[in-house]
Amino acid sequence: YFTMLNLTSASASFQACQSEKHLGQFYTLPSAHFRPLFPHGLPYRYQQQVKTFNEACFMVRPPALEVISYLKKADYSKPALRYLFYGVKGSGKTMSLCHAVHFCYTQGWVVLHIPDAHLWVKNCKELLPSSYNSARFDQPLQATTWLRNFRTTNEHLLSQIKTKRRYVWTKRESTDEGRPLGELVNQGISRVKSSSDVVGALMKDLRLQSSQPGADFRLVVAVDGVNALWGRSTIKKENKSAVDLEELTLIHNLKKLMKNDWTGGAIITTLSQTGSLYTPKSAYLPQELLGETGFDSMDPFIPVSVPNYSEKEFESAYLYYLDRKWLQHPQSRTEDGKKELSFLSSKNPSMLDRICGFL
Amino acid sequence: MAASCVRTVGSFLGKCGNCSSSLNTVTSQLSRQVLSRQICVSTALKKNLAAGGPEKFTVEFIQKQVEEFDIGKRHLANMMGEDPENFTQEDIDRSIAYLFPSGLFEKKARPLMKLIFFPLHEAVQWGADGRPFHFLFYTGKQSYYSLMHKLYSKILNIEKHQDRMRAKGLFSQDTKEISLDTSRWLTKEELEVLLVETISSNNYDRFIQLMERLLSMPYCNMEEEFVLHYRRPLEARSKKQMVPVPERDDKGVAFSTSDGRRKTSNSSVVLRDCGSGRITVNGQEYLHYFPVLQDREQLMFPLQFMGLLGRFDLQCTVSGGGRSSQAGALRLAISRALLSFLSEGEQETMRQAGLLTPDPRVRERKKPGQEGARRKFTWKKR
Repeated sequence: YFTMLNLTSASASFQACQSEKHLGQFYTLPSAHFRPLFPHGLPYRYQQQVKTFNEACFMVRPPALEVISYLKKADYSKPALRYLFYGVKGSGKTMSLCHAVHFCYTQGWVVLHIPDAHLWVKNCKELLPSSYNSARFDQPLQATTWLRNFRTTNEHLLSQIKTKRRYVWTKRESTDEGRPLGELVNQGISRVKSSSDVVGALMKDLRLQSSQPGADFRLVVAVDGVNALWGRSTIKKENKSAVDLEELTLIHNLKKLMKNDWTGGAIITTLSQTGSLYTPKSAYLPQELLGETGFDSMDPFIPVSVPNYSEKEFESAYLYYLDRKWLQHPQSRTEDGKKELSFLSSKNPSMLDRICGFL
Repeated sequence: MAASCVRTVGSFLGKCGNCSSSLNTVTSQLSRQVLSRQICVSTALKKNLAAGGPEKFTVEFIQKQVEEFDIGKRHLANMMGEDPENFTQEDIDRSIAYLFPSGLFEKKARPLMKLIFFPLHEAVQWGADGRPFHFLFYTGKQSYYSLMHKLYSKILNIEKHQDRMRAKGLFSQDTKEISLDTSRWLTKEELEVLLVETISSNNYDRFIQLMERLLSMPYCNMEEEFVLHYRRPLEARSKKQMVPVPERDDKGVAFSTSDGRRKTSNSSVVLRDCGSGRITVNGQEYLHYFPVLQDREQLMFPLQFMGLLGRFDLQCTVSGGGRSSQAGALRLAISRALLSFLSEGEQETMRQAGLLTPDPRVRERKKPGQEGARRKFTWKKR
C-alpha cells in the first residue's frame, strides 16, 4: 500500500506528488536539498533516523497537504496568512512544518526557519545589554548559530537580495544601502557582539522588501514552538530577577515579524508543549498554550490540527520500517505484531518510532 | 507410714508421664515437708489435691456455668431496662462497658462477661489412690488405643451380624452404602485434637486402615453414625468465576462492566463491542495516562492473549495506588469484563494464564527493631 516516490530535482514532479492521491505514501528528499534546507529544525530522533537510513523520507499527511494547498492558492498581495499546527505530543507537527518549508524551498522562496523558539528563552549562557536599545538584552550565541544556519539555507538567494537601508553597527562599522544581504549576515557572524541586532535588521529588511510589489521573492517564516514568544522565560538577570520577554531583542524582533502587517509571504508555525515553560503536560490546544496575549496577537490565524496516524498512515509507516529492515523481531512481521504495535503506540508517530527502535 | 505413702506416691508420679505440673510441684513440696517433719498428712488434704483437678471441667460443671450465665444475663437485662429474651452478646458487652467503665488501654484486660469454652485438655487420669481410671492408661495413648479397640469390636459385631443373616438366608450384598463422596477422613492433626493426645503417623495409618476395612464390609451402614463422626465434609467447590452479564446500551452495542483491585488500587472498566480499539482512562487518552510502555503492555495482555485487540472499546476509571498497581488493577478488570464475550474453553485458558487471579501481594508491615519489613539494622560486631 505504500510506494516510494522518487523526487527529481525538477519541482514539477514534486508538485505532482503533493496531491491527495498520495496520502499516506512516502517521498524521499534528494540529498542536495536536504543538507542546506535542514541544518536545524528537524526533531532529533528523525535526524538520527535519516543518518541510519541514509535518506530523508517524509510521509504525505493531510495537515501538511492542506497548508501546501493554501500556499498555492493564496493571494500574496494581501497580508501574510498565518498557519498554526497544533496537536498532542509526538503527532508530527514539526515534521509537517518541515514538509511545508521544503515545499516553499522548492518554489524558490526565502526561508526564515527558526528551529525552536524555546531555545531562545531558556538556558542562555551569555546575556549582554543591547547596544541598540539599552533596556534590552542580547543573546549573541543563539543569534550567531541561527545566522549561520540561515546562511546555509538561503545561500543562493542572499547574493541577489540587496539591503534597503543603512545600518550602523559601531562607530567604525556600518553596512550601506544596496549591499547584498549575504554581507549583512557575514557581518553578524563575524561580529558576535552585534549579532542579535543583525538578526533584527535582517528580519526588518526582508519584511519590507517582500511587501513591495516589485519584489521577486517571497518570504516564508517558519517558527517552531511559537508559544514561547508569549510564555515566560527562565533566564535570570544578575540580580536574580527574571527577564521579561520584551527585554530580549531576538524575541522582540520575532514578534514584530509575527504581526501580519507585511505582504508577499506566509507564516507557518507550530505549538510545542515539550519545550514550553510552566505549562501543564496535557495542554495542546492553541488557546491553552498561547495564552491570552499570544492568542490575541496571533488572532486571525488558520489552525491546522495534526492528529495521530490514521489506519492507512499507520500501515504505511509500518511497511516503511519493514522495507528498510528496521523491524528485526520475527513477530513484528505478523498481523498480530502489527496490531500490537498499533495498540501500544496508540498510533502516535513518535511512540511508534520509539517502540520500533528496539525491535 | 504417711511418709512412706507419700514417697511411693512421689516415685509413682515420677514414673508416668502424664502429670499436671502443678500437682507435681505441690506433691514434691509436700513430700519434702512430710519427709522433714514426719507429720501425718490427713488423707482429706490429699484427697483435695488429687480430686481438685478432674472435677473442674466436667460436663455437669460446664452446664451449671452456662445456666448461671443465662440467669446473670437476664439480671443484667433487667438492670438495663431491656428485654431479657432478646439480649444478645453485643448488648451484654455494651452494658458491661457502661456499668464498669475502664480506662485500661489493653482491651483484653477490661471487664468481660462472656462464656468462653476452652478446648479440651487433659484432666488428671488417676484417682485419689493413684490408680488410673482407664484400663489402657499404661499404653501411653489411652484414648487412641481405646478407639482402636472400639472399632475392632464394631467390626466383630458386623461380622457376627453377617453370620446371623447368612444363617437365616437373608444375606445380601447390596445393602445401603454410606455416602462417602462429600466427606473426607479426619487429618492426623484433627484426630489429635479429638483424642487430646499425640499420635504417630503409623498409628494414624493403622486407624485409617481399620476404618476402610470396616467400610469394605457389606453391613457397615449399621455403624454409619460412628463412621461419619470421624469424617469431615469437603469444602465447597472453589467458587466459579462470576461472569459479568453483557448488556446492550441504546445503540445496540453490547458492553460489560467489571472491577479489579491490586494493592490499594481500585479500577472499573466498561468494555464495549464496537469496532475501534480506543481506550480512555479517567477521561484522558491512555497514551497520556500511561507514558510508560510497561503499563500499556499490561493493559494489552488480556486482549492480545485472546487475539481480540482491535475489537473492543475500553472506558476505564482507576484510583489509588501507584502507576504499576493501577495498571495491574486495570488488567484484572479487563480480563473479567472479557469473560462474558468468551466461550468456556477460552475462559479456562484465561484462568490458566493467570489473568483472572487477583494478586494477593500487599505491602508487608514494618516490624519494630528492624529498619523495614525484612531489612535489619546494620549489625555491629562491637
